[in-house]
Amino acid sequence: MIYRLIMGWTQAVLTGFLRAYLRPYRSGIAIIAVLQLLQTVCILLLPTLNAIIIDKGVVEGRMSWIVSVGIAMAVVTGIQVTVAISAQRKGAAVSAALGRDLRAAVFGRVLSLSAREVDRFGAPSLITRTVNDVKQAQSLTLTLFDTALATAILSLGGVALAVTQDFWLGLLLVAMFLVVCGCIGYMIATMSPLFEKLQTGIDLISQILREQINGARIVRASVQQEREHDRFAAANSFIFQPSLRVGRLMTTFAAMVTLVTNVFMTALVWFGGRRVDGGSLQLGTLSALIGYLTLIVLAMVMILVVITGLSRAFASVRRITEVLDSSPSVPEPFRTRAAGSGWLEVRNVHFAHPGSEKPVLNGVTMTARPGETVALVGGTGSGKSTLLNLIMRQYDVTGGAVLVDGADVRDLGADRIGTLVGVVPQTTKLFSGTVRANLHFGSPDAEDSLMWAALRIAQAADFVAAMPDGLDTELAQGGRSLSGGQRQRLAIARTLLRRPHILLLDDCFAALDAGTEARLRAALREALIGTTVVMTSQRIGAVLEADRIVVLDGGRVAGNGTHDELMAQSHVYREIVQSQPLGREPVDAGHD
Amino acid sequence: MPGTTKDGSARRLFATFRPQRAALIGALLLALVSTGTSLLGPYLLGLATDLIAAGMVGRTLDPALSKDQVLAQLRGQGDGTLANVFSTMDLVPGEGVDFAKLATVVLASLVVFLVGGLCLWLQGRVVALAVQRVLFDLRDQVDRKLARLPLSYYDRTPPGEVLSRVTSDVDNLQQTLQLTVGQTVNMLFAILSVLVVMLVLSPTLALLVLITVPMAGALWFLVGKKAGARFAAQWAGTGAITARVEEVYSAHNLVRSFRRERQVRAAFDKENAALAEAEREAQALTGLIEPSTRFITDFAYVLVALFGAARVASGSMSLGEVLAFTQYAGMFTRPMVVLAGVAGQLQSGLASAARIFELMDAEEQRPDPENPDRPNWVRGRIKFDRVNFRYVPDVPLIRDLSLIVEPGSLVAIVGSTGSGKTTLGNLLMRFYEVDSGHILLDGVDIAEMTRDELRSQIRLVPQDPWLFHGTVAENITYGSPDATRDEMVAAARAAGVDRFVQGLPDGYDTVLNDDTTTISAGEKQLITLARAFLSPAAVLILDEATSSIDTRTEAYVQQAMGRLRNGRTSFVIAHRLSTVRMADVILVLDRGDIVERGTHDELIAAGGVYAGLHGA
Repeated sequence: MIYRLIMGWTQAVLTGFLRAYLRPYRSGIAIIAVLQLLQTVCILLLPTLNAIIIDKGVVEGRMSWIVSVGIAMAVVTGIQVTVAISAQRKGAAVSAALGRDLRAAVFGRVLSLSAREVDRFGAPSLITRTVNDVKQAQSLTLTLFDTALATAILSLGGVALAVTQDFWLGLLLVAMFLVVCGCIGYMIATMSPLFEKLQTGIDLISQILREQINGARIVRASVQQEREHDRFAAANSFIFQPSLRVGRLMTTFAAMVTLVTNVFMTALVWFGGRRVDGGSLQLGTLSALIGYLTLIVLAMVMILVVITGLSRAFASVRRITEVLDSSPSVPEPFRTRAAGSGWLEVRNVHFAHPGSEKPVLNGVTMTARPGETVALVGGTGSGKSTLLNLIMRQYDVTGGAVLVDGADVRDLGADRIGTLVGVVPQTTKLFSGTVRANLHFGSPDAEDSLMWAALRIAQAADFVAAMPDGLDTELAQGGRSLSGGQRQRLAIARTLLRRPHILLLDDCFAALDAGTEARLRAALREALIGTTVVMTSQRIGAVLEADRIVVLDGGRVAGNGTHDELMAQSHVYREIVQSQPLGREPVDAGHD
Repeated sequence: MPGTTKDGSARRLFATFRPQRAALIGALLLALVSTGTSLLGPYLLGLATDLIAAGMVGRTLDPALSKDQVLAQLRGQGDGTLANVFSTMDLVPGEGVDFAKLATVVLASLVVFLVGGLCLWLQGRVVALAVQRVLFDLRDQVDRKLARLPLSYYDRTPPGEVLSRVTSDVDNLQQTLQLTVGQTVNMLFAILSVLVVMLVLSPTLALLVLITVPMAGALWFLVGKKAGARFAAQWAGTGAITARVEEVYSAHNLVRSFRRERQVRAAFDKENAALAEAEREAQALTGLIEPSTRFITDFAYVLVALFGAARVASGSMSLGEVLAFTQYAGMFTRPMVVLAGVAGQLQSGLASAARIFELMDAEEQRPDPENPDRPNWVRGRIKFDRVNFRYVPDVPLIRDLSLIVEPGSLVAIVGSTGSGKTTLGNLLMRFYEVDSGHILLDGVDIAEMTRDELRSQIRLVPQDPWLFHGTVAENITYGSPDATRDEMVAAARAAGVDRFVQGLPDGYDTVLNDDTTTISAGEKQLITLARAFLSPAAVLILDEATSSIDTRTEAYVQQAMGRLRNGRTSFVIAHRLSTVRMADVILVLDRGDIVERGTHDELIAAGGVYAGLHGA
């Protein structure tokens, strides 16, 4: 138990967690410590003064003593309260700032992680860690400043004063102090794992709730509300147990501390009585000792609050460090090479998901020149989206290389890739905020005229113009008020605005009706002169317009050439074309 | 809104404890006992101090004299004050401390403390259980509430905001109750009973101590009111930041590929700074309470010492009594300091409670009818009768739409983006309620059916696929939990899921969730589609069910989908016109109106919008 406690502490200290994040507030913390010390001295002075009142004033019957010492006590109390308030204010400022920094650090770290790490933690757990766990760590520092520090000084000071007043009886207080410290160690060691379980439970609750909210339509359509509620109830029970145990442990601790201090109080009176009788102890000193003991008891009650916070914070700190310590599996290179105008080369690329034996890509080679449109075709699972992800460097290849303008993407900085390559993903994600803010997401400096141009190309100008506030129309949560096609067109405009050298279109016309798609494609052809375009599409009509078509099948290239060449050479391609009843429809033939 | 004010929240919070009444009454009784012992203890210790004091004085006196003789002697020497002090003592000249008596008193106090500790422990356990039960129920109720909220609530509320209320706010409330419920009861009891004892001992001194109450009360009221507002801001800020974080983490891939970290950071930083500011203000304000209360109580302590000393000097109280009184004064004011210490947490908890109750009070979807109707035999005949609907109050979407769909027929809905295709399905599923008009399933108004009854007759494959955290197999059997493994695999084969599942690390037992990046959107859609193959529903809605699937896979799935539609009334929303062509009736929607209806050939011949979509 003690071992675990020590391990907990070491962990917190070794990772330099609090040290690193508290460093900027060193001076503030020093001030708090001094103020708390001052405050404690004041608190400790009070029983001493009270002893003087009793010994010199009451017992000897001197009213003048009582009055003057009483005034001194009032002054001391006044100083104490002023100092305490200042310490609290400073503590509040430091802990709020620390919480802010920690949140920002976790958030920033998550942003820098690659998809794999985010998958590993799971979004709900990352959300809990960013908000809830940081809050726990933060409240730890707050209690450290406003309670723990004062409590430690108070009890140590009380013990020290007691020892100087009367050595042997003082030792009694030392013994009591040690017993209580033992209890505290036991509590932290027992509670910490419980809190770890509790935080995991909160992850679970967030996960289930998030699914219930985001999947509300499917839950209701499948009439699974009861099952969902059962899942939630299971998670609810999961956190009920550790919560209850924490509550009970706190109770045990409170009762234990009360009992221990009371027993020691009784012992103090008994042994004190003997010494008073022996003439070696003044009655006033005994009452001062009782006063110190009372102070220590008060300190112990405060400790009760700290203990829970402390154990919980330990669990949370560990969870936060776990995020802060994870590094992206797609690390940034040290140097960034200059690049030119959008040559894309995929050289014998292999890729497999970790843990999966079957590679997704198995030696894919292809090139795309500036101004060229290359279409990737292939069945679901043929590796098209994966290839695009590798070009974006969402993942790193497991073999071969992706080169942009002759430079390996692994040597280009993420920022550089971001400026060179633009992607319109398969699934559209818009953010809450105005249409303008969503477009700014791609290029923060874009002017309105440019935005409208992009919207026109994306066939989105009409409906944006028809919105109540045009570009300034607020999109509700993720643009849910828009149709799938409207969202997709906004996403296309967003990427176009960035005018990337290489544009990746990942089957992003899926939600568009045929008419809109035809108009959009025509507009894109005009706008994208000089841009390297790599696209995937389900519709053969879109593919027909490409300069070259690369056929993927089971992670390999099964054909590379124009439509006519492939019709002659590649049976996979022929199959794909023939599977499309619309391939021969007038609408698509028109573009042939 | 009712219940969202602080007082209202406090009252409602109190009401949530009603089911735990028995436990709380038990706790109250235990608190009574432990309070009694905590009063008796100091009294006994005061007695012990008196014994010691008497012994200390007595042993210095001449054993030949009686106590009265000593007093007379002292008065004779003009030492009246000392004589007064001695007169209150139970002293025998020449005798030291009476250890036999002292031992009895000390032992008695030990027993008292033991009983008190036991009561405190039991009471704490009872309270802990009650608090956890209340919170369990609260979480349970909130989750049930989420199922009763209309979908439009989720359209306008960020998921992170709801999440924050159920996790952070409930968690905060839990910490608050854990800390305050037991303590408040104990402290209030302690304060009241100590007050009685003090009044009996010395009304004057008691009054001195009592002044602290209105002073502390005024302080708490003033600071508490301000702090409450700051805590409300703090928890609202927590909700906002959770919403932000949830949104960004959900779109993690996109943020990365757009290199938007910096901009996302800037927005986050702004909210983060606002939250930190609210936290700082709230803490700084509540930080005032405890030291100020301590000042007030310390002040009272000094007064008691002063007046007490005067009392002893005048001989109207014994030294032991005064010492005991200072102890009682301490016992009176210490709980006030402790209460002051948790006052901040209490404010914080109330702010969270208000946010939870606000969610609980959100307007619910119309409840199911009390005597629900249901078709005797669901064949799948659907009638839209002059249906009107709008998402946004001033923008009508569906206007006066009437339509009859015969059982087993295939209805294709086409139209440009935003023409209301998905909305028809949403209304049929009662995700939204029609503004006017009726929708009938086999002659029964769907508004007269329970939602669950209605929805179990319809199988929807929605436009945006959604996966739950769980294995591929669990995702496929979602909605049909009784399906066997074989049935699941058959459905997966039919939907073309089988083809890519082999490439996943654990096949059908690979754990997925909606944020997963290991499978593509098309694959997600196939899994969603596979669910439909397990359902016996009479009506099928396929809303762009294959939009992200490539044509080859689609051709493969198409055949199976044909079987799926067989004998069912099917609504198919599609861009690809191959399915549309086979439809018994094609509806062409334009801004919520059916502008054309007919078979493929009829519509092509008519040369209207549909023909235009084809020839554009």
